[in-house]
Amino acid sequence: MALSGMRGLSVFISDIRNCQNKEQERLRVDKELGNIRTRFKSEKGLTHYEKKKYVWKMLYIHMLGYDVDFGHMEAVSLISAPKYPEKQVGYIVTSSLLNENHDFLRLAINTVRNDIIGRNETFQCLALTMVGNIGGREFAESLAPDVQKLLISSSCRPLVRKKAALCLLRLYRKNPDVVNIDGWADRMAQLLDERDLGVLTSSTSLLVALVSNNHEAYWSCLPKCVKILERLARNQDIPQEYTYYGIPSPWLQVKAMRALQYFPTIEDPNVRRSLFEVLQRILMGTDVVKNVNKNNASHAVLFEALALVMHLDAEKEMMSQCVALLGKFIAVREPNIRYLGLENMSRMLMVTDVQDIIKRHQAQIITSLKDPDISIRRRALDLLYGMCDVSNAKDIVEELLQYLSAADFAMREELSLKAAILAEKFAPDLSWYVDVILQLIDKAGDFVSDDIWFRVVQFVTNNEDLQPYAAAKAREYLDKPAIHETMVKVSAYLLGEYSHLLVRRPGCSPKEIFSVIHEKLPTVSTTTIPILLSTYAKILMHTQPADPELQKIVWAIFSKYESCIDVEIQQRAVEYFALSRKGAALMDILAEMPKFPERQSALLKKAEDAEIDSAEQSAIKLRAQQQTSNALVVTDQRPANGTPQIVGELSLVKIPSMSDDQHTSADQGLSQANGTLTTVDPQPASGDLLGDLLGPLAIEGPPGAVQSEPNAVSGLEGVPSSADYAAIVPVGEQTNTVQPIGNINERFYALCLKDSGVLYEDPNIQIGIKAEWRAHQGRLVLFLGNKNTSPLVSVQALILPPVHLKIEISLVPETIPPRAQVQCPLELMNLHPSRDVAVLDFSYKFGTNMVNVKLRLPAVLNKFLQPISVSAEEFFPQWRSLSGPPLKLQEVVRGVRPLSLIEMTNLFNSLRLTVCLGLDPNPNNLVASTTFYSESTRPMLCLIRIETDPADLTQLRMTVASGDPTLTIELKEFIKEQLVSIPTASRPPAPAPPAAQPTTPAALTDPGALLAGLL
Amino acid sequence: MFYIMIQFVLLISRQGKVRLTKWYSPYTQKERSKVIRELSGVILTRGPKLCNFVEWRGQKVVYKRYASLYFCMCTDQDDNELEVLEIIHHFVEILDRYFGSVCELDLIFNFHKAYYVLDEILIAGELQESSKKTVARLIAAQDSLVETAKEQASSISNIIAQATK
Repeated sequence: MALSGMRGLSVFISDIRNCQNKEQERLRVDKELGNIRTRFKSEKGLTHYEKKKYVWKMLYIHMLGYDVDFGHMEAVSLISAPKYPEKQVGYIVTSSLLNENHDFLRLAINTVRNDIIGRNETFQCLALTMVGNIGGREFAESLAPDVQKLLISSSCRPLVRKKAALCLLRLYRKNPDVVNIDGWADRMAQLLDERDLGVLTSSTSLLVALVSNNHEAYWSCLPKCVKILERLARNQDIPQEYTYYGIPSPWLQVKAMRALQYFPTIEDPNVRRSLFEVLQRILMGTDVVKNVNKNNASHAVLFEALALVMHLDAEKEMMSQCVALLGKFIAVREPNIRYLGLENMSRMLMVTDVQDIIKRHQAQIITSLKDPDISIRRRALDLLYGMCDVSNAKDIVEELLQYLSAADFAMREELSLKAAILAEKFAPDLSWYVDVILQLIDKAGDFVSDDIWFRVVQFVTNNEDLQPYAAAKAREYLDKPAIHETMVKVSAYLLGEYSHLLVRRPGCSPKEIFSVIHEKLPTVSTTTIPILLSTYAKILMHTQPADPELQKIVWAIFSKYESCIDVEIQQRAVEYFALSRKGAALMDILAEMPKFPERQSALLKKAEDAEIDSAEQSAIKLRAQQQTSNALVVTDQRPANGTPQIVGELSLVKIPSMSDDQHTSADQGLSQANGTLTTVDPQPASGDLLGDLLGPLAIEGPPGAVQSEPNAVSGLEGVPSSADYAAIVPVGEQTNTVQPIGNINERFYALCLKDSGVLYEDPNIQIGIKAEWRAHQGRLVLFLGNKNTSPLVSVQALILPPVHLKIEISLVPETIPPRAQVQCPLELMNLHPSRDVAVLDFSYKFGTNMVNVKLRLPAVLNKFLQPISVSAEEFFPQWRSLSGPPLKLQEVVRGVRPLSLIEMTNLFNSLRLTVCLGLDPNPNNLVASTTFYSESTRPMLCLIRIETDPADLTQLRMTVASGDPTLTIELKEFIKEQLVSIPTASRPPAPAPPAAQPTTPAALTDPGALLAGLL
Repeated sequence: MFYIMIQFVLLISRQGKVRLTKWYSPYTQKERSKVIRELSGVILTRGPKLCNFVEWRGQKVVYKRYASLYFCMCTDQDDNELEVLEIIHHFVEILDRYFGSVCELDLIFNFHKAYYVLDEILIAGELQESSKKTVARLIAAQDSLVETAKEQASSISNIIAQATK
């Protein structure tokens, strides 16, 4: 038996091994932990050897899965021991025991740094290894330059440099800014010329991380990667020890190909040609061999080559070659290759033009669905799901259904969800869809979520042709001896609505239908009983002339449930009992459900939202792009301009909103009449399907045309033609008899700088605003206060948003009662940088006066900024790396309203641009930083520099830099607007300089100022 | 945000005993135990002749059984599985060369040696050295450093120095 060289440790390990059960083991561990604790406490007399032994024991105990919540300090302290054996243990135990967020690590930074910059090579290796494995942000900030130096140092040996490369990679992951310094890209390219393959492998890994974040700076590395590949492919200058089962470092080959996949394309035709030669050689020259390791290694390279070929979107010929290879792979016996063949085929679906070739392998893929290995079955399912379209949906879905009964538990849920989605998306006809879903419920009821059966009901309700078929099918299933509760629900619902259509068929008289359903009642849960009660009521209603016998039975059931403890059941029982005694009047009340408004399938939405594994998501994304069947229209694709959707023959029919939804429909009417970009969505949320189905029965006639509701447009009278509403409109030019109180402009500018205040006021109404902003989102509440003793009527609030803002406004009541205030919240989302302004088109009627104002909303660019202060070390590298247009723009601005530096600082800070004091050595200059948030960009750091001329305060030079060209220009223009037309309200309160006109004559010479002046 | 080739390395015996763990992403102690528990359940129950990949929590675990030990490495969903599988084999070959036909007991009583070896193969979850010869040389150098230090400590002058301290 091998011994650890530490007797105490070996004894402890033996003891643990000899424990008969978990309990004994715990006792032994507790004893040892107690022992270690005591020894650590009495620091006196604890030699380095003992300390070493105890921290190893701690690591062993930790490995066994016990909490070790003390002694971390001792492990860390060994790092600073002077001798190698202790230091080694300190480093390795610390990096295994602690994670990067542990506080104690901070204490070690200095020692670690000394080891890294010291002369002792072995210490350097230990320190680099630990930092590479658990270094966090703080390590990144304090050690990156030193590690970088080691990596490129010519005096360091390869064993240090390869560790430095991976250590730097770790630090880069923790804080990318510390590595992106001037000139690093060139150094990186030089590193790829390295002869030592250990260093080259590590450096290539580093490159992969760098280009995965930002490939732009590293174009010069691209040809080098191709060179490396050529060198390996030709087996040139590769030492024997770096070939693995005869293959020149397969890992390095994979890494180099991985790095190339982060470049969007390869432009240089020579480099491209060389690369394709290598790829062709790999694709053609990889054979299946007997040795499993050689086989794995060569196929690792092959699969990476496939990925690269797909990425480069090679010629069709090469693509078909790849698909052919994959087709071969999915049929081999070796399970790994089969698995990867299926997985890569799913990825291949993303490439255009190969779908048809993949479809040829459908039979083989279906076979894999029955593979003994669940990993392979999952891939097969995902691939089938991905390759399904209108042409093969029937085959694939039926295959999935057949497999469902045999499938293991772990896969049934996924399987049924996928089958349901495919059936819905690609149904060749509706009756097939109904068949599929009912089969699904029959075979895997437990895994069929409510969404799925709600969806069937929706389709059946909206398609009259389908109703008798669905009812007949439901009737058939009820004859089966034991059916799933979901089947009871859906059959009961369908038969309640449509069983009268079957009345002439055998076994389908109202009485028979009733009794076959009622048979199931004792077996179902309380959530299903209400559906059955509704069904009974509906059957009674449809039985004309009334069948007294049936009536008696049903009434008895209703009265039995009148005292049910479940409120839902009780209420239905009471109401149906009363209603069903009304005789013929019942017909009107319990009429058929109206058609459902069209909406996105909750199922598809769920599938899109669900955080399933990424491979699956890719398939789902792909689904979203593909053309769907015409049979079912499932998404609400109402165009933004509000033109009513052309309703297909078989699609769900849109109905006018219900009477209690007037405001919704009013909004809809308005947005459509307007033809402008209103994001008001008149559709009810799609999550409340249950509410629709189980809610009160609608008292509504048959659905009418799509557009109706004459009162919807009534609010529009008096509103001027809105065809040419621009995002920025002149304000205050209406010939309203009602005059605003206060200056609308000043109010707007004041609100640009703060988050609450009054936006507009006149003798009748005051509109206040309160806003909250978080990253790229905002919530703004309008407070509409009626100042009069009589109501304001025909109140309309329309938002005309610029393209970069997504704004959702909630309902505005048509009337504001006397002396009342109503709130109207708006949700905003900033999509991309722009300084355009949203406009609120507000109107109301007071007496006979129609008042209409257009107000700019203070949802301006600076609201999506978050102040951030940066230090000199952070600022300058960034500033330098953003070199020149279009990321960095400079402009001399003239006609600036004179401001002292302090005033300008205040202004900048209130615009959420943090002025960083002392960064610019020139006291007349000012440097500021901020972060910009939008949906399309990640949080963007923006840097601003203002150089003022003390002799002439009306001009200055402004430089703005950010990582996004649009953002840079928009921010620059925005700041300029603020500087040339500072309204009185935003001026710092301190000294009031003279001539506080919003627009100075000088400003008019500048186009930006001109624009601002117009407002 | 960044892709890490290997998130963690796990050695589990057929009985579910943990023989080595190494984490390259920050997991708390609690998460570590949970991961080990879940994965043992998944991997130890897999039959022979299946593929070496298991999809788990949106990630992929590449594993291989050597005698009574399962070597597992967790990787990203779209990483190169075969590459990781051969890193496992590379690791095993180096252990084998170091211990001389390695068995589970070697790794139990010399678990710290296994950590040393692993640190010469992977850093930050990425492959550091693909030459078995180089790794063997470096480990031997470390061992001799420790030996020298031990000899120094037990030399007579040192004992005297200790005693008279």
